[in-house]
Amino acid sequence: MITWLRRNLFRTWWDSIMTVVFGYVGLWVIWTVIEFVFVTGRWEIIQVNLKLLLVGRFPDELMWLVGASLTALAFWVAAVAGGSKIDLNNVQTIPHRLFDYTRRFGLIVALAALLIFLAADIAALLLAFQVLGGVVAGRLVGLARRNLSVLGAIPSIIWHPMLASPAIALVLVTLMESTLEEWGGFLINFYMAIISIVLCFPLGVLLALGRRSSFPIIRLVTTTYIELIRGAPLFVLLLLAGVALEFFIPPSIAPDAIFRGVTVFTLFTAAYLAEIVRGGLQSIPKGQTEAGKALGLSTTKITYLITMPQALRNVIPAQIGQFISLFKDTTLAGAALNILDVLNVGTAITKQQDFLGQGLIYEALAFVALLFWVGSYVMSRESQRLEKRLGVGVR
Amino acid sequence: MSSLPSAPAKIPIWRDVRVLRWLFQIAVLAVVGLIIYWIWGNYQTNIERSSVQTDLRFLDNPASFTIPGNDFDQSSPVRAAFVQGFLNTIQVALVGIFFATILGTIVGIARLSKNLVVKTIAAAYVEVIRNLPLLLLLTFMNLAVVLQTFPRIEDAWKPLDLFVISNRGLAIPWFEGSAGQLSLLVLAGIVLAVIVVRLERARADKVGRPSRALLLGTLALAIVPVVGWVTLGYTWTLPFVDGRGTSGGLRLDPSFFALIVALVVYTSSHIAEIVRGSILAVPRGQGEAADALALSNSQKMRIIILPQAFRVAMPALGNQYLNLIKNSSLGATISYFELTQIAQITVGNGSPAVPAFTLTLLVYLAISLFTSLFVNYFNRRLALVER
Repeated sequence: MITWLRRNLFRTWWDSIMTVVFGYVGLWVIWTVIEFVFVTGRWEIIQVNLKLLLVGRFPDELMWLVGASLTALAFWVAAVAGGSKIDLNNVQTIPHRLFDYTRRFGLIVALAALLIFLAADIAALLLAFQVLGGVVAGRLVGLARRNLSVLGAIPSIIWHPMLASPAIALVLVTLMESTLEEWGGFLINFYMAIISIVLCFPLGVLLALGRRSSFPIIRLVTTTYIELIRGAPLFVLLLLAGVALEFFIPPSIAPDAIFRGVTVFTLFTAAYLAEIVRGGLQSIPKGQTEAGKALGLSTTKITYLITMPQALRNVIPAQIGQFISLFKDTTLAGAALNILDVLNVGTAITKQQDFLGQGLIYEALAFVALLFWVGSYVMSRESQRLEKRLGVGVR
Repeated sequence: MSSLPSAPAKIPIWRDVRVLRWLFQIAVLAVVGLIIYWIWGNYQTNIERSSVQTDLRFLDNPASFTIPGNDFDQSSPVRAAFVQGFLNTIQVALVGIFFATILGTIVGIARLSKNLVVKTIAAAYVEVIRNLPLLLLLTFMNLAVVLQTFPRIEDAWKPLDLFVISNRGLAIPWFEGSAGQLSLLVLAGIVLAVIVVRLERARADKVGRPSRALLLGTLALAIVPVVGWVTLGYTWTLPFVDGRGTSGGLRLDPSFFALIVALVVYTSSHIAEIVRGSILAVPRGQGEAADALALSNSQKMRIIILPQAFRVAMPALGNQYLNLIKNSSLGATISYFELTQIAQITVGNGSPAVPAFTLTLLVYLAISLFTSLFVNYFNRRLALVER
């Protein structure tokens, strides 16, 4: 014990000073946060406005669509994650696994529990179980694909769209059934991120291929696009889309603010994704392509069957990093396009009649921060874990 | 190897790979051209329909708004507003990059400290900040810290009587005299420092002693401005509350303060991860060799590890600098008068949107290109010269 203390905290006199000073600062911060959360924080503002913060003025009778699309999304993600063939020979005891799951997804569960507690509504609890059901079902489907040769034989190009289609269909139905003005709160941030991620992925891969193509004209076009987008601040692009998108499309289409946001996010993230995928393609040894040529495969087949899958796998962490920053950047749309996203709702509720001038901005922003932080943190931890499991570069 | 089928005398043109390649490229070019043509056509129809300006004539119109803190007034042309916004963006970028690098390096090193408390605090800082949206940090700094927590000017905080902190901004001690004189003296200091460092390095190489170039260089850098300042008869001034504002010292706008703090905190959390990764990328043998030479911990870090780590970190650091510059456009959300805010205001005042924002984007592009040139130059200077 003493040795441990000496080794970790009081190695030298300088070390001791650091320990005392930073220990004091750390304790003070922890104490302030605990005091704020449990004593001084006035959380009624969150409780009263919970629905506004999460879904805005979304009509109640359509909430089941949101629930269903969330479930389908959870199903999709769980099925893809469960379908990977990596942890096959990694047998663990059940308590070990439970501990592992708690460490990985405990924060999400805790956040969900907090939201349900705040909502104090049986529907929220049902929704949580519905999503959980989606996860379990997805996991089972993933396992089935891994273990049943019938399902395993389905090529990925059919399998993945098949998994994704319910989620995409439900999101589209939700978009069509409701008017976009009713959307608000965290729902907007979440959906804008999801839709942009799905849309930007094929574009980014095409751009990366274009930039590495042996055709000089295609290289020129894609490189120009990528570099122009990467040199521009996202916020200015969003502002430009806010006031000027209608100049570039036919007058018959009246773009909605959310539509503008999704367009910009897609075009913007595709450029960054292209650079990531290009990095992945560059990391594939030349021998892979040459082996493909030796087998007499066409260039398209070499890319699709040999280099691209390896390249995409190698850069999964970087891709997730890009998607995390897209998720965080959806707040910019709120500022640039006057969308009532969760940050705008968060600052607006402090100006309500009941709460005006009471200095509740800390509470509002803390809640918004919690939503983003848990989402980003869990995603980044998962990507680190994936990086280790894929063993990129350490085999 | 008996009988090869005799090759056809001439490949038919529709199967000639060279022709096909060009045809394919021309087809792609045609599609891109069509898309651009379609967008351009839409643009033409739309501007005719709404009869807005498309050229840069609006730059000569009076700006009809004011930028606090300089002699820019309502009758000045929009052009001057854009120049002022550009200067403010540069100012934020330079100050932000300076502090973010220092803070990020410190936190990055702290994450690898053997001290458990220091290590944990640094890790918590990085993990908390990195996973929050920058706009949230900025809103927090502006609405919660500056506007709500900072006191009114009447009961401003005056820590050590050196600073004046209120919701009207932050005032810090600063030199008395003109900025031109100050920058001249600093320039002289830099020149002297470069000469001193060169001489000291040469001397150290000859004698075979560890060079004290860093120490002597810093001294030279500090001495010239201070001595020059004192001999010119100037001193520094402390800020004090003066009615509804502050006098003396240097006054920082509250929005400038909020923007800088948010940018520095956010970027430093990313830089810390880069620094940590780069230090880990330095081969273990380097540190062990330093130990074997009985270098102290700080010498080991300063002379052996960090120079090699920064060589690895340079490209990623450059990316973060570019991000910081682009993120400074968020200053527009808290009414800091940088480039984006200027563009937004002028467009709101009736300037045509497309040219104004295109101009803004081009300026950012130029800044980005210039920065990457600079980073690439440093990268080449630092790169390991191999056989």
